[in-house]
This record gives sequence, C-alpha cells and structure tokens, in this order.
Amino acid sequence: MTAADKANALREKFGDLLSGPVEFRGEVALTVADVNRVAEVCEYAKKELGFDYLVDLSGVDNYGDDPRFELVYELYGYGHGCHLRLKVAVSEEACEAPSVSGVWRAADWHEREVYDMMGIRFAGHPDLRRILMWEGYPHYPLRKDFPLAGKPTEMPDVAFTNPAPLEGGPFVTNPGACSSDKREPRAKSFES
Amino acid sequence: MQTTQEIGYNTKVEGDVTVTRVDAALNWFRKNSLWPMPMGLACCAIELMAAGASRFDISRFGSEVMRFSPRQSDLMIVAGTVTYKMALAVKRIYDQMPDPKWVIAMGACASTGGMYRSYAVLQGVDNILPVDVYIAGCPPRPEALLDALIKMQGKVAKEDVFSTSNAD
Repeated sequence: MTAADKANALREKFGDLLSGPVEFRGEVALTVADVNRVAEVCEYAKKELGFDYLVDLSGVDNYGDDPRFELVYELYGYGHGCHLRLKVAVSEEACEAPSVSGVWRAADWHEREVYDMMGIRFAGHPDLRRILMWEGYPHYPLRKDFPLAGKPTEMPDVAFTNPAPLEGGPFVTNPGACSSDKREPRAKSFES
Repeated sequence: MQTTQEIGYNTKVEGDVTVTRVDAALNWFRKNSLWPMPMGLACCAIELMAAGASRFDISRFGSEVMRFSPRQSDLMIVAGTVTYKMALAVKRIYDQMPDPKWVIAMGACASTGGMYRSYAVLQGVDNILPVDVYIAGCPPRPEALLDALIKMQGKVAKEDVFSTSNAD
C-alpha cells in the first residue's frame, strides 16, 4: 500500500474536508479545509492508517495572503514506510489550531516551537509555553513582518534584546557562473 | 681547575634574599596561575577543551585548573555564541567571580556576535562584561587561545594590585 493509497483512504473517510492528494516528486500531500478538525484527521491517520510517527510539525507564514498562516504535518508510519503530508490553513484572526499532542506526544515541543516563532496557539496543549525565547518576549520572530535584525526589548533581570547591525543587509549568494564578486555581494536590495 | 663564575643574580652572594616590589610579586603569582572559568557556549568550547588536553596543554602556562564554580576562578573564557537568553546567566556567573577577575572573549561570536546577525544573539559579550582580550577566529585554534592567555598574563603583570576592581 503506497502513500497515495493511504491518502485516498483518508479522503474516503473524511470526504470534502480533505482536498488532494497532490503528488510532487514522490511525496503525497493532502490539504485539510477546516483547521478545527485537523486533530480528528490526525487521530484517524494514526489509529487506522498506521502513521505512528510525527516527523515534523511546522508553521509557514504566507505574509500578504489570506489566510496568512499554514501548518504542515509530516507523517510517517514505521509499519508501512509511507510518508504523508497534511497542510492546513490558519487565519491571522483566529491564529489557533487544535493540539495534536494527544495523538503524538512528539507534537508537544513542535507546537511550542510554532507558538514561539509564529504565535499560533494550540488549543488543548498541555503546556503551551515558549520553547526558545523567554516568557514575556513580546514578538514572534519567524513572522515575515519581523525584521531580520530584531527589535529592542527589555525585561529587567530576565533578558533584553537589541537590533543587530546588518551593515546594509544580510549576506546573500546568487547562483550562476559569474565571478565571486557578483555571486556573493555584501547585500541584496529588495528592489532587484 | 677552572671555575665558572655566574654573572648577575647569585643566591649565595645575596644570602637567599630577593628584592622586588609588592605589586610585581603579587602580579607574578596571579599571572602564572590564572584559574579559568570555562564559559563554553558553542563550538569554541571544543577548541577550549583541546587547549586543555595533552597536545596543546594549557598547564604549561599555569591555567590548567578549569573551575566549574565561578567562586574559585579568576579568568572567564567566554567560548561561544552568547544568546540573549544566556546573556544574563553569563553576567550573573561573572558577578559571582571574586576580584580580581578578567575576561577573554574567545572567537568571533563572543567578540562581536560573529555570523549571527540576528534577533537572538548578543552582538558581542563586551555589551555586558569588560573584556580584556579578544580572540579572532571561528573557532580559533588552541594556539590562538594560548596566545591570548600569554597576552592576558602580560596585561595582569602590569596591573596596579591595589585597585580593588579591574572593571572600570
């Protein structure tokens, strides 16, 4: 049974809630229409279809699009060796998704990371705290509207941050066969 | 029978007495037994360990006594990337070290933030601590650390021992 068969089995169970499957370079992805039912889909995928391993759970910020955020669940089954990707859109207004840490305990820290970096909350999470930045840090650094250099913050006796000097921009590389001066400019302007 | 005559210092002539200044003597004691506090935060700490091991052997310069308690050390070697989350812990450990105390910023990250121009990384540990010697490199080789240690000793040797703190 291939990943596409598994995806079709999931599709039969949930019907219009799922769209796809889309296959790209041998990887199969399904899109979940309603973010509030993603935990239900995950539970069925684990219990009935044998996806016993949550490889990764990550957030994507499609800044400027509506809905703005997207959650990506990478599923794998050790019994059958199939890999399946679930995607679900999360709107900026709600900014909340149900936790799947009840399905896979591995989701606990992944969801804390998404919460820390993107600001998406997970309903029903047992311990939704920041995992990398400290409690009280006011920003979500991996959002696209957060500047690369950071913003100044101050929490007395806890932590502080200052913007980093970028000297005109981040270091970038342009692929191609041109000279190293062209391939590795000090900074790339956003107009070009 | 020809005898060799030692020119210069001779304990038999001087009568086992050495004359020096108090600050020169104290600085000589201090500089030859700097006890490091290994503040290992990233890959530079691996080179710091190599400097302590037999091939490079930091004990040749009197600094082999790596203390993992700040209360027993007088030289903090900040080896690695200081994140903002770690910055105040580094500061607190430094504050717990007894005077006189010195700081070596080992490597690009500890000196300037290095390649981490980002929201998460302190852009140089000299934002929170008075650094005496900076070491270039990413990471610096153990020889560079030993060179910094010798420079540190040269600085300690010239200090005024009657000042209570070198933090100014």
